[in-house]
Amino acid sequence: MMARLGRRRFVGGAAVVAAALSTPRPIRAAAAMGFDDARHLLSRTAFGATPAEIEALASMDFAAAVEGLLARFHAQAASAAPSWVGEDLATLRERRQAALAAAGKNADGKPVNEVAKLVREQGRQLSNWWVDEMLVTDQPLVEKMTLFWHNHFTSSIQKVRYVPALYRQNTLFRREALGNFATLLKAVAHDPAMLIYLDGVRNVARQPNENFARELLELFTLGEGHYSEADIKNAARAFTGWSIDRDGGRFVDRMQLHDGGEKTFLGQSGHFTGDDILAILLRHPRTAETIVEKLWREFVSSTPDPGEVKRLAGLFRSGNYEMKPLLRALFLSPAFRDPVNRAALIKSPIELIVGTVHVFGLPVPDQTPLVRMIAGLGQAPFAPPNVKGWPGGDSWITTNTLLLRQQFLRRLIEATTVSSLDGNMAMGRPGRRADRRQEMPAQTMEPYPVEGRSLRGAAGEARLGPTLSGADNATLLRTLLPRKPIDAVASAAQSPGAVVAAAMLDPAYQLK
Amino acid sequence: MDRRHFLLGSSALSVVMAAGSAAAEQERRVLVLVEMKGGNDGMNTVIPYADPLYRQFRPGIGVARDRTVQLDERVGLHAKLDPLMEAWKAGDFAIIQGVGYPYPNRSHFRSIEIWDTASASSQTLSEGWLSRAFDGVQLPRGAGVDSIVADNNALPMMGPGLRTIVMQDAENFLRQATAMKESNEPRDDRNPALRHVLEVRHEVNGAAAGLHDKLRDGPRPAYAFGADNGFGRELDLATRILAARVPVVAIKVALAGFDTHANQVPTQERLLGFLASGLATFRRNMLAASLWNDVVVMTYSEFGRRARQNASGGTDHGTAAPHFVMGGKVKGGLHGAYPSLADLQDGDLKHTVDFRNVYSTVAQGCWGLRRDFGQRPVRPLDLFA
Repeated sequence: MMARLGRRRFVGGAAVVAAALSTPRPIRAAAAMGFDDARHLLSRTAFGATPAEIEALASMDFAAAVEGLLARFHAQAASAAPSWVGEDLATLRERRQAALAAAGKNADGKPVNEVAKLVREQGRQLSNWWVDEMLVTDQPLVEKMTLFWHNHFTSSIQKVRYVPALYRQNTLFRREALGNFATLLKAVAHDPAMLIYLDGVRNVARQPNENFARELLELFTLGEGHYSEADIKNAARAFTGWSIDRDGGRFVDRMQLHDGGEKTFLGQSGHFTGDDILAILLRHPRTAETIVEKLWREFVSSTPDPGEVKRLAGLFRSGNYEMKPLLRALFLSPAFRDPVNRAALIKSPIELIVGTVHVFGLPVPDQTPLVRMIAGLGQAPFAPPNVKGWPGGDSWITTNTLLLRQQFLRRLIEATTVSSLDGNMAMGRPGRRADRRQEMPAQTMEPYPVEGRSLRGAAGEARLGPTLSGADNATLLRTLLPRKPIDAVASAAQSPGAVVAAAMLDPAYQLK
Repeated sequence: MDRRHFLLGSSALSVVMAAGSAAAEQERRVLVLVEMKGGNDGMNTVIPYADPLYRQFRPGIGVARDRTVQLDERVGLHAKLDPLMEAWKAGDFAIIQGVGYPYPNRSHFRSIEIWDTASASSQTLSEGWLSRAFDGVQLPRGAGVDSIVADNNALPMMGPGLRTIVMQDAENFLRQATAMKESNEPRDDRNPALRHVLEVRHEVNGAAAGLHDKLRDGPRPAYAFGADNGFGRELDLATRILAARVPVVAIKVALAGFDTHANQVPTQERLLGFLASGLATFRRNMLAASLWNDVVVMTYSEFGRRARQNASGGTDHGTAAPHFVMGGKVKGGLHGAYPSLADLQDGDLKHTVDFRNVYSTVAQGCWGLRRDFGQRPVRPLDLFA
């Protein structure tokens, strides 16, 4: 799974521009948007942008560039998935039993937990695969939306433990990334990982389990305050019987476990099934508003404009929940380009780490150190903290994570490839990687980066790879920072490497 | 920030408070707040073993009589909590029964917010209850930090009343803080995201300056905490902060995983084991350092669980639950009344003690602060000797 940055030709490729311009859709008065608008658009819709990528967009008309982003879609991931993603539940059971039978004892006499080890290893491979996909993809907006849906319809490996189901859920999110929300909602309600995560598999007529029904109403569609406890109970009854089959691990509707009685849900009564509940929710205006508000926080600002939310939600519903018209309207809304909303969002750990590696053009022979950094900053893929997902926004930055972010960035500045980044990241779990540490060469064991000792020059300069070399100091600053630096970083006399290092450690680098 | 700067300026008042009278000194205890994330099942923690309804409600997951450590003729502790019996016998372990609030909310997120902000069920507050408690109180500024969070939920401390840092590892914190010296003060900016980043950086620098020498040279815990769970690591950090006599008002730790909708027994037993061994080790360390009279440990959780088990061998989100308060100056024993299993509301226990009365009692007992948290009248508990 070698990440080759050359493959990532986002809007840089002339083909994309040509495709966008040759569409029959009439393009409004074409005007070059300029460097800063191009940077802003990419900072919100991609994982970092190099000077060349920004320049390629800068000469385009803004609306045409948005059209180009939305036109770029294929459902297939570019990275090869781990070999086991097709395994069914029966195979998994066999593997677990084999692992248990082979289980030895640790040095301290405790039995090795082979099942936990298997899940952990599959989780590591799956996270590596996804982070690789974010690095190599030629459609970063699709990956961003895949991550968005993962954070909306959360499922965690901590509970699901049937890791192939999480892979399939991820491919569902990618398929509908720019697709249709109604289709996605229905698919998620039938999704095996979700049925495990929120106990749908245990929801039976004799004793309904309310877990999925509650989160469906509270988090996935209406939001708190728009339903009653009785609505939750009745919705749970309607979903009884939706389960997964024991061997295949696929969705199955167990009719004999379904509660066929009459239910009252949001003021309507009938012998509802799960599909009926979803249909009622899709007719409720709050569902579209919930999604629009969340997209606004992802792409525009931390404070959704109520009037705009109503307008966009109306458009979303009347457009039968198609994602492209909604995203188009969102990116073309005046608020998206409003100067007040520039640099107004905090980068998520994934945006920070994947974006920095992309902009630096660092080779990534192994994604594990990157995934570990991302996890340390609080965004372990496939392991959101709870069903509400990552709260994001200001909560990304605490006294603890700000220090870790700076520590990682200092390492990235000094790195020549990602593998040399490892060493002791001191991510708050002392002793956990003691065994790994012994395998590593001595020079990567520095407990923390020592500036002046790196290969990159004594003054904490970054040596610039092909993605950044050749750019002048002003362009480097405009590329790396969404606003002017907070600390006085650059004097004209400084080397480009020193400017890049200072910009990355500036508080403004935490913003997008 | 404005208020904070104002306080920094009024150093004359701080000196008065820091010097303190003898009476004020007596009422300066550090609260160690223990969050049990996910909603702990109170009925399998403090077990109403003598009530026949208990067996009836929990035919599969009920705790067997011989796995129950009897406290009185009605209730007993889960056997996994046996390490806490030392404190029980010493009389410094209080169990408050039936803690909850009216119109209970069963959403994890909303209910923990209610507990963390001490709000009414229908009221949304953004400031944590500890910050509210210290509103208008001048704290000594020397340490650069008023409260430390060792897990990742800082909401109880959030707000202008306290300077709080989230810190998982003391040594790494100090090392990294040294590398992130700010070159200028946070300045006014109309960008809230930027303002947040700058405020956090400012807090780190302030805290690092205050903590540096104290933690570096502070004593290590006399008794080691279990290394097999994060809770032990967090209590280890709390112990070091207390032993170094960093003048904080509160430290928060957490134990997660109590959301036991299915196959509850092994999960909850493992967690109760962590809780008991962690708190017992913490108590021994505090006694060894002669600090046990100066700390108060209090547990909380977003809710208890339903009285009846569900079909999955678990329990769903419920309401009231028992909570623990420990410390050298705490009056041990059972407080409050165990909710009646015969008088449920929609299958849930009715609370007998409002958590805001517990908070009021603790604010008085730890810091000598009279706070009602919207309860009128306050019904204080007899928790402090």
